Amino acid sequence: MSSFEPTEEQAMLVDAVKRYSSNDLRPAAHDADEEREFAFDLLEKGWELGILQASIPEEYGGFGDHSAVTGVLAAEELGWGDIAGGLAVMAPAAYVIPILLGGTEEQKKNLILPVIEAEWKPYVAAFNEPQFDFYAGEMSTTAQLEGENYVLNGEKVRVPFADKAESILVFANLDGKTQAFIVSPDAEGLQVGEREALLGIQALPTYSVRFENVTVPFEARLGGEEGFDPELVFASSNVAAAALGVGLSRGAYEYARDYAKEREAFGGPIAQKQSIAFMLAEMAIEIEAIRLLVWEAAWKLDEGKEDASHAAYVALTGASDMAMMVTDRAVQILGGYGYIREYPVELWMRNGRGIPTFPGLVSV
Amino acid sequence: MISFELVKPIVNVRNMTQMVAENMMRPVSRYYDDHEHEIPWDYINFMHDASQQMGGAFVTDEEEKKEEKPEKKKYPPVGYQRLAHMAEMLSWGDTGLYLCSPVGLLGAAAVSATGTPEQKKRFLSRFSGEKPVFDGMAMTEPHAGSEMPSQTRTTAVLDGDEWVLNGEKIFVTAGHKSLIDSDGFIVVWATIDPEAGRAGVRPFVVEAGTPGCTVPNVEHKLGIRASDTATVLLQDCRIPFGNILGSPEIEKKTKKGFKGAMATFDASRPLVAASALGIARAALDFLKEILKEEGITLRSGLPRSRMTNLEREVIDMEVMLRSAWLLVLKACWMMDNKKPNNLEASMSKVRAGDVVVKITQRAVELLGTIGYSKEHLLEKWFRDAKINDLYEGTGQINRLIVARRILDYTRHELS
Repeated sequence: MSSFEPTEEQAMLVDAVKRYSSNDLRPAAHDADEEREFAFDLLEKGWELGILQASIPEEYGGFGDHSAVTGVLAAEELGWGDIAGGLAVMAPAAYVIPILLGGTEEQKKNLILPVIEAEWKPYVAAFNEPQFDFYAGEMSTTAQLEGENYVLNGEKVRVPFADKAESILVFANLDGKTQAFIVSPDAEGLQVGEREALLGIQALPTYSVRFENVTVPFEARLGGEEGFDPELVFASSNVAAAALGVGLSRGAYEYARDYAKEREAFGGPIAQKQSIAFMLAEMAIEIEAIRLLVWEAAWKLDEGKEDASHAAYVALTGASDMAMMVTDRAVQILGGYGYIREYPVELWMRNGRGIPTFPGLVSV
Repeated sequence: MISFELVKPIVNVRNMTQMVAENMMRPVSRYYDDHEHEIPWDYINFMHDASQQMGGAFVTDEEEKKEEKPEKKKYPPVGYQRLAHMAEMLSWGDTGLYLCSPVGLLGAAAVSATGTPEQKKRFLSRFSGEKPVFDGMAMTEPHAGSEMPSQTRTTAVLDGDEWVLNGEKIFVTAGHKSLIDSDGFIVVWATIDPEAGRAGVRPFVVEAGTPGCTVPNVEHKLGIRASDTATVLLQDCRIPFGNILGSPEIEKKTKKGFKGAMATFDASRPLVAASALGIARAALDFLKEILKEEGITLRSGLPRSRMTNLEREVIDMEVMLRSAWLLVLKACWMMDNKKPNNLEASMSKVRAGDVVVKITQRAVELLGTIGYSKEHLLEKWFRDAKINDLYEGTGQINRLIVARRILDYTRHELS
């Protein structure tokens, strides 16, 4: 039956993430962006919320069932706190969730536990590529079977914490199909490039990584000989990025709303002018509409519905446009102050534009 | 638990109404658009029989039904969600014909939202009679649309045990069918205390055949031509005391405010939004069908830079349509679960009004000469669509309601 109410467990998790986001992440966001770094303690505190662990079955060391719905509920709250922070805390999810969804039993048993039982460690995914029209279904980075090994060639970008990664899940094109491989950062031919400078999410350290004839054993392929269906992994990543966008937008909208009630012009708060009030009304409607779209897509994923992948893609498309629309308006409502870095909205606008490129950095 | 699963009663109503839409509505859609004000009796009689089999009025008192049939308790309340699915599907068939459904629409919604149990029984039972009857809601006056509550000139004066109504209402959807073509009723909003402004406004049921109530005019419109839009004149129109909706004790005081109309809108706006989205889906389905016939496939999952313009347009329409529909479902779910949904009802109405207008306008444009031709129904949907951004509160009035809610402002603080 239709219901729009989270379960009690979900509500508790959301509450915990909410507290972390408002007490820790949000207050740290500005300086982290300027200094291009988060304190380890902050990431560790977010990691200890157990968002990822709650989505891993007990047999693999977690304490819950995989649920994209739970994941997007938590991701929205992280996005509200700070997207760069959310991406940093959840970076290991982009490594673990694909393994959970596509790994062999052995891979799940061996690879997940070390990530989730320990303190936050940079287990990361290498997904995005430098070409402007990057498409996850047609990657330029290639994998080729040579004897008993796979050989990887190509270039990845936006790989978080690549300089000190414990392990990297590398997505590559194997005979026209996107597959993934567990790669050690020490592998020969793997070269971590300069730290990237980006429009937004500056507090998240990301790198380009080159692969020149990087050889990995046969067993490194996710899903073993059969491989795995990448569609579900893309979809999990799409709804996660979309949910971050919902949270980011909600934060920007709330800030602009509160500001508009305080700021006076022509004899009263600007929120009492329809030109401002209607902008805010449309922002609120947009956010609520896209939030439900994200929820439904996540629910379809959990239920294994046939059109789940498409729904996730639709949700990401909607969330990307919403994030830009809402954050741009937030800047507009603050007027000149919106352009000043002391206020958070310009950061949200920069972060908002990145939503369509965030899949691959995060997964639920 | 968050879920989007459809329960059996909803699946059933979707299947039933889809058959009606495909077989009873689409084939005659063009005819009734061309023959404005001709009454589609075939459709009406069929819907009347169908609704009898389903237990009469579609808007009914859920609790009362449960008392009669306790075994129905196995589902949570889904009455309004079911209505939304029905409205969406029938409007996908033809929204003008849907508005002619003798199943209890806006008037019944007002009775359901503001009436006493006795009144609900008395007025809603009409829909279970032998002959089809219609209902309407009379709010707008020639000088005041959205401002009607505070500016109403329609008066109700208590004289003995009767109310005497005087005034002129316009834009009454199905007003002619309700008052002249059947033994239906309309709900008239009139003031019992002109000094009190909106606080004095109350809903009254005016039944067909009441002396002093006439229908001097029906409008000629851009779209929804199968549905009559009537002027209702009330000249010393006497109705029984008990036809004032709600408890009479409270109704004698005028300070209580204009809550009834608001409660009605909370119920009716999501349903109007649902109906809007039926048209939007019809247009999007048609667009996809033509593209398919032309051998154009629409790919999924690509970044914008790799998409064709048509793919971009279609995916944007899917985002708009689905997200708007989920707002409707949530507003109805809240209604069903007795959660205050004033904000969500207006949100769904704003979004649906925008979406149906955009999708139909874009679809006509994208399909070029086909879209503009009367050989197909798309041009009709383009015309039908616009009413959804106007009736049951324009997009602007609903934005104002949303804005007041989110900003926690009164009418005086934000107007």
